[in-house]
Amino acid sequence: MSTTGRELMPGEAVPVGEIPVVSAAAFRNVVMDRIGRGDWLAALFGHPVNGSVRVTAILACPRFGELRAVAFDPGASYPALTPECLEAHWFERELHEQWGVTPVGHPWLKPVRFTTPGAIPGVTDYFAVAGEEVHEVAVGPVHAGIIEPGHFRFQCHGEDVLHLEISLGYQHRGVERALVGGPNARTIHYLETLSGDASAGHATAGAEVLESLAGVRPSDRSLALRAVGLELERMANHTGDLGALAGDVAFLPTASYCGRLRGEFLNMTAMICGSRLGRGLVRPGGVGFDVTAELVRDLLGRLDPAMREFTDSVRLLFESPSVVARFEHLGTLTRHEAVKMGLVGPAARASGVARDVRSDFPSGAYRWIPVLLALKESGDVMARARVRWQEVHQAASFVRQVLSRLPEGEPWRPVRGLQPGRLAVSLVEGWRGAICHVALTGDEGRIAAYKVVDPSFHNWFGLARAMRRQQISDFPVCNKSFNLSYCGHDL
Amino acid sequence: MIRTLITRWRQGHRTIRYPDALAVLPERFRGLPAIDSAQCPNGCRECVDACPTGAVSVEGGHVRVHLGRCLFCPECAQACPHGAIGFTTDHRLAVSDPRDLLTDGREYRLARQLDEASMRLFGRSLRLRQVSAGGCAGCEVETNVLGTVVFDLGRFGIQFVASPRHADGLLVTGPVTRNMAAALEKTYAAIPTPRIVIVVGACAISGGPYRGHPEALDGAASVGPAVLYVPGCPPHPLTILDGLLRLLGRIGS
Ligand code: SF4
Repeated sequence: MSTTGRELMPGEAVPVGEIPVVSAAAFRNVVMDRIGRGDWLAALFGHPVNGSVRVTAILACPRFGELRAVAFDPGASYPALTPECLEAHWFERELHEQWGVTPVGHPWLKPVRFTTPGAIPGVTDYFAVAGEEVHEVAVGPVHAGIIEPGHFRFQCHGEDVLHLEISLGYQHRGVERALVGGPNARTIHYLETLSGDASAGHATAGAEVLESLAGVRPSDRSLALRAVGLELERMANHTGDLGALAGDVAFLPTASYCGRLRGEFLNMTAMICGSRLGRGLVRPGGVGFDVTAELVRDLLGRLDPAMREFTDSVRLLFESPSVVARFEHLGTLTRHEAVKMGLVGPAARASGVARDVRSDFPSGAYRWIPVLLALKESGDVMARARVRWQEVHQAASFVRQVLSRLPEGEPWRPVRGLQPGRLAVSLVEGWRGAICHVALTGDEGRIAAYKVVDPSFHNWFGLARAMRRQQISDFPVCNKSFNLSYCGHDL
Repeated sequence: MIRTLITRWRQGHRTIRYPDALAVLPERFRGLPAIDSAQCPNGCRECVDACPTGAVSVEGGHVRVHLGRCLFCPECAQACPHGAIGFTTDHRLAVSDPRDLLTDGREYRLARQLDEASMRLFGRSLRLRQVSAGGCAGCEVETNVLGTVVFDLGRFGIQFVASPRHADGLLVTGPVTRNMAAALEKTYAAIPTPRIVIVVGACAISGGPYRGHPEALDGAASVGPAVLYVPGCPPHPLTILDGLLRLLGRIGS
């Protein structure tokens, strides 16, 4: 059997038997070799096979728009990848927590979700700094605003943050486990609520996996409508983030205008599917709602004024010297760091990493209407804000183009049974970055294992790293510039 | 500076007039269910089978929906071959008594004003501490929106505060994951008495899509009875606002 892994495309279902199961050393070679050539680790996860655990890696090769799957059986332990491959860091911690497999030599083998019996969330050893006037600041799980729970441990010297550690898991509600045995009536709702502000993204990723396992290709029209949902989601969230960034540096005009404008985009989604968060829009086999010519006219009629107001409002932000002074050179990640950590989405692009599923692995409407990469170099809060600004504009023009020439076709095609013994992977560029879903079916065509990798899973570590040598009072704005998902991470 | 002023002028006044004027929701918005059990042939259970959370039941020829479990997804309406179940665009859904969440479509008892003693305390100024206890953050984002200029919650004397010590009550979202149970309990305990509890979203009322999961507790019942239950997955911001205003006697009394 080949030891370079099995190539596959996103949305292709391959027989599980065709994925090479190699030795730990060969597995490591494949991973290191591919990463050395510019691939990134889309997933690295354990799943049960005949009573023991198998580890499968999904490597994403942006140059050729293809994926590669390779597996090995680790037994109780194996030599950790992390010391040589930093982007495996969080994955290997997860593997250890979920399956009790020990990656030997992992430098920081701690729980990521506190799900093992007896684990108390947040109660663990933290990296500590000692010395005169060094102190520790612990924040959360309950934060000051209406935000999801997480625990942050800062090691500070005066105002300066020497190190930040982020401890999550409070939102863990057992979704991956519950997806096993499906599909059933709850499946799509699990997918839609993996991260509630990224429903279109996760539901699309989940639907693609199910469709490929069932051998169903949705109509071009439904793919176009999903892309509209995905881009409206991006516009709403990016707009909200720009407003929140403004709020965190006390620039109130943009904060309040964007707070409202975010709602304009959410309301457009609700015009299509009845829900501001896109619930009901994506269904395996297509979309739950079609649009009429009249609705398209209404949507286009709303888009232009909303975009004019958005442009006005965010321009104020970028033109204000006091804002620029706060955003620049803050929370900087170099390109090298971002690549090493395997960051995705706007956080990666702000550091000059040309990585975007929409252009690297284009599917559906992104094949007919390409999206330009929003790339910045400086890697600071300003760059992350600028990437969002650019992406809102691009998304608006994409939505305009798709809606103006919607392909004909039925909105939905039935998805019946899944083929047994297959593995399928999907990649979707959600507003936070690459969403990866992997599903394996068992002998009866039911889901035997389901892996969700939210972009936040890659990026939380990036936020922690970006806080080094910053002032603790800059944390809120730094945090907002990433705006990561807790529930998407905790699952 | 001049640009700031011009932009301010162009953005205009954007606060909605609710509750003085009715809200307009998109045609496809799914609010209060419309049920017409007379259309149902004997033994039909299409809607029951389509429901992901067991919110729909058929008993004695009557279709009932438990709005505390309902995700307001289109599944039952799309499954029904007889048009007997669907959704109206009525966003008013919050109730005071959890038993009122079960509806057969004939009547639906909306939330009532707090009792007199509580009204004296909270009627003019209500400070809430929100705790997110699991879930998908959908309820949080729709609650957060109440602070924008569109809804401007502050004009009703309602405010979300950072410290539980400054709060008059707790607003809970999420199914209460095991990993958040202790933090929720501690936050509640830190709120001075007398205090109220408000439960927002299908998760916090019944576990929502995660009902029955051992990783969560099927909702916020553990913190004690609430004065307001706001259905939805997530509820529309107007649904939450409407509930809060009914609670404070600004609507319906
Ligand atoms: S009720 Fe629905 S929207 Fe609210 S947290 Fe639960 S899953 Fe998310």
